Amino acid sequence: MSIDNQVFLQNVIIGLTVGGYLALIALGYTMVYGIIELINFAHGDLFAFGFFISLTIFAKINPDIPLHGANLYLLLPGVAILTMLLTGSLNLAIDQIAYRPLRKAPRLAPLLTAVGVSFMLEAIYAIWKGPSQVPYPRYFPKEDYINNEKVISFFSKLGLDITTWRIVSFTTKDLFLFSVTIPLVIALTLFIDRTRVGKAMRACAQDREAAMMMGINVNRIIATTFFTGGALAGVAGMVWGLYINSGRFTMGFEAGLMAFTSAVLGGIGNIRGAVLGAFIIGMIKAMSDSYIGSEWTRVVIFGILILMLVFRPSGILGSTQSIEKL
Amino acid sequence: MRTKRYLGLVLLITLALIAAPTAKHSNNAVKPVSAEGETIKVYTSWPLTGGTQAVGDSMLKAAELALAQYEEDHDGAGPAGFNVEIVGLDDASPTTGAWDGTIEAENAQRCVNDAECMVYFGTYNSGAAKVSMTITNEAGIAQISPANSYAGLTRACETCAEGEPDIYRPSGEVNYFRTNGTDDFQGPADAAWSYCLGFEKVYILDDTQAYGKGLADEFERHAEEVGLEVVGRASVESTDVDFRALLTDVLASGADLVFGGFVLDSGGPQVIQQMNELGLFEEGIYFMGPDGMASPALFDQIGGAEIANDYVYISFPGPLPSTLESEKGVRFYEGYVDTYDEEPDPYAVYAYQSMAVILDSIERAGVADRAAILEAMRSTTDFEGLSATFSFDENGDATVSGFYGYAVGDDTFIDGTLITPNMNETCEVATD
Repeated sequence: MSIDNQVFLQNVIIGLTVGGYLALIALGYTMVYGIIELINFAHGDLFAFGFFISLTIFAKINPDIPLHGANLYLLLPGVAILTMLLTGSLNLAIDQIAYRPLRKAPRLAPLLTAVGVSFMLEAIYAIWKGPSQVPYPRYFPKEDYINNEKVISFFSKLGLDITTWRIVSFTTKDLFLFSVTIPLVIALTLFIDRTRVGKAMRACAQDREAAMMMGINVNRIIATTFFTGGALAGVAGMVWGLYINSGRFTMGFEAGLMAFTSAVLGGIGNIRGAVLGAFIIGMIKAMSDSYIGSEWTRVVIFGILILMLVFRPSGILGSTQSIEKL
Repeated sequence: MRTKRYLGLVLLITLALIAAPTAKHSNNAVKPVSAEGETIKVYTSWPLTGGTQAVGDSMLKAAELALAQYEEDHDGAGPAGFNVEIVGLDDASPTTGAWDGTIEAENAQRCVNDAECMVYFGTYNSGAAKVSMTITNEAGIAQISPANSYAGLTRACETCAEGEPDIYRPSGEVNYFRTNGTDDFQGPADAAWSYCLGFEKVYILDDTQAYGKGLADEFERHAEEVGLEVVGRASVESTDVDFRALLTDVLASGADLVFGGFVLDSGGPQVIQQMNELGLFEEGIYFMGPDGMASPALFDQIGGAEIANDYVYISFPGPLPSTLESEKGVRFYEGYVDTYDEEPDPYAVYAYQSMAVILDSIERAGVADRAAILEAMRSTTDFEGLSATFSFDENGDATVSGFYGYAVGDDTFIDGTLITPNMNETCEVATD
C-alpha cells in the first residue's frame, strides 16, 4: 500500500477513536437537551472529572504499570464502574443544586448557571491537580497488532503484505477504546428504546406535562438522565486518559465544544444523531489535522456548526425539538 | 483648642504610619531604614498560574533573591538607599491557563498609575510584551524582560512583522531592554546545530504564537541555507492535546527531526509524548525544542524524562543554572538552592540577571524618577551578569548572548554545547 493510502487509513483509525469518545460525551448533551431543553455547558467538564477522578483512584491503588493479569481484568473495570458512579453522582448533584430550582425560570437562567458551573469546575480542577499538563500513567498495556505475527499471516493469506505498513498502527489501546465506547453506545440506545425507564424518558422529552399526568415521576426521570449522561462522560474521560495519557483542567471545555457540535450535527435530542455526529466530527478532525493543517481544524468544525444551525437546524437525523426554539 | 491638638496628634500618627516602611521580606525583617526611606516599586508581570506557573514562580523567587543578595552586599541598604519592593503580578488567565493580553495591559496600567512604580519587569511571553511595551513606552517607564526572545520587539528582522519595532515605541524612545538572546539568533543556531548533529530532513511545527511561530520561521529560513531539507511545516492550536493525525503526516514525510516552536503550555509536551506513543522515536525521528521548553517541568508534564531520553534536544540562551561557572553565577545557584530548597528554573538565571540590572540602574540614577532610572538603564555598560559581561545596544538588546544546546539523557539535560548560526561551517557532522 502506498504511503498516501497508509496515511489515509491511519487517519480513519484516528478519526474513529476521536469519534468514539466524543460520542459518549455527545450522548449526555443530547439526552439532557431532549428532556429539559437545556444545553448543559458544564457537561464537558464531567469528562474532565472522569479523567481526574479515575487518575486519583489509580494513584491510590498504585498498581504496577502496565496493568496485567487480575489488575487488567478486574481492577480496570472496577475503577471504570467507580468512575461512572462518581461522575454520574456529580452530574446529579449539579442538576439538583444549579438547574432544578430554575426549572420554571426563563431558559436563559439555567443556561447561565451551566456556564457558571463549568467555570467553577475548571477552577476547582486547576486547584486540585494544578494548572499544568497532567500526565496519565500508561496503565494500559500497549501492543501493535500490525507487528503481530498472527495478524501478519492472516493478512498475507488475503494477499496483503502488512509488514511494509510503516505508518499504520492499530494497538491494544485502540481496541480498548472501541471495546468500551461502542458497547456503551449500543447499550444506551437499547436502554432508551426498550426499557420502561427509557420509554418514560422519551415520553418526558415529547411532553413533560403530559408525561406527568400519565403518572411518570418526571423529576426522577430527569435525575436518571443526568446520572446516565454524567456516567458516560466520566467513563469517556477515563478511557481517554488511558488512551492519550495527558490532560489538563481545560480539557473538558475543548471536548465539550466538539461533542456539542456533534450533537447539533446529528440533530440535538436525537440519540443516534449524536453518535453519528460524533463519528463525523472525529473523522473531520483527523482529516483536517492531516490534510488541511491543524490550525484550520476549528475553523472547519465550527464552520460546520454555523452552517448546520443556519441551513438545517434540526441536524442530519432530525432533532426531537428544533434548536431554533432556544 | 483641645480637639485641635488631638486632631494634630492623630494626623501625625497617621502620617508616621503611612511613611513607615512596610514589612516585605520576612527573611530580612531587621533591615535598617534607609537614608531617604522612600520606596521604589518594581512591578513584575508573567504567568504565576497556568501551564508556565513553575517557570513564573521560580523567576519571581530569583528576582527576590537578587534583591536580598544586593541588600546583603550593601549592609542591608537598597540601591541609593531606597527600599525596593517587588510587586509580583500574574498575566495568565485563570480560564485558559495561558498569558492573556487584557490582563497584561491591566498590569502595565497598574504600574503606570502607581507613582512609586519605577520599573516594569516583564514579560515571559513575547506576545504579552507587545501589549505592555506600548503602555510603558508612552508613560516613559523602563521595562526589562527576563525572557522575551522575539526579535521584532527590539529591532527589524527578516521574518518580523512590518513596522516592528517602532509600533511598540509610540514615543519614539527606547524604553525596553532584555538580557537574554533572541529567536533570530536561536532559530538559525538551532538549524545549524541540527545539521551538525547529523539530521537531514526536518519537519517544522509551531503554536501560532509570536514566540513559537517567529522561532520556527527563523529556523526554516536558515535550515535551507545550512543544507537541511524542510519536508513539512504545520501550525497547531495551542490548546489542542491530540496531535496524532499531524504526527502521522510527520511519519509519512520521511523527516528525521521535528523542530517545535513551543512553550510548555502550548502543546510541546504532548508532541513529545505522542511522538513516543506513535513510535516516531523508534522510527528514528528526533525532537528539537527551543528555550521555551527548557525547564525541568517538561519532564513532569510528559510523565517522566525516560520517554524523552536520547530523542529530545533543547536549546537555551546560556548555560543552565547548575552549570554556571562565574563567581556571581555560582553564588546565585547556591543561594537559590539554599533559600528555596529546590532547583532554579533555567529562566530564573535571566530573572536574577535582569533584576540585578534594575537595582544597578536605580543605584546609578540615585533618584526616584522614572526618566532618570530609564536613562541609567539605557546606559548600562559592561555589566557583569551571571554568564557573561554585557552592555545594552541602541535597541535595548544585550550585546552578548550565547545559546547552548542540550540533549536529554539520564533523565536530565546533558552535554551542553555552545551553538551558533554558523557552526555548520566548522562542525564535524555526526553520523548515525
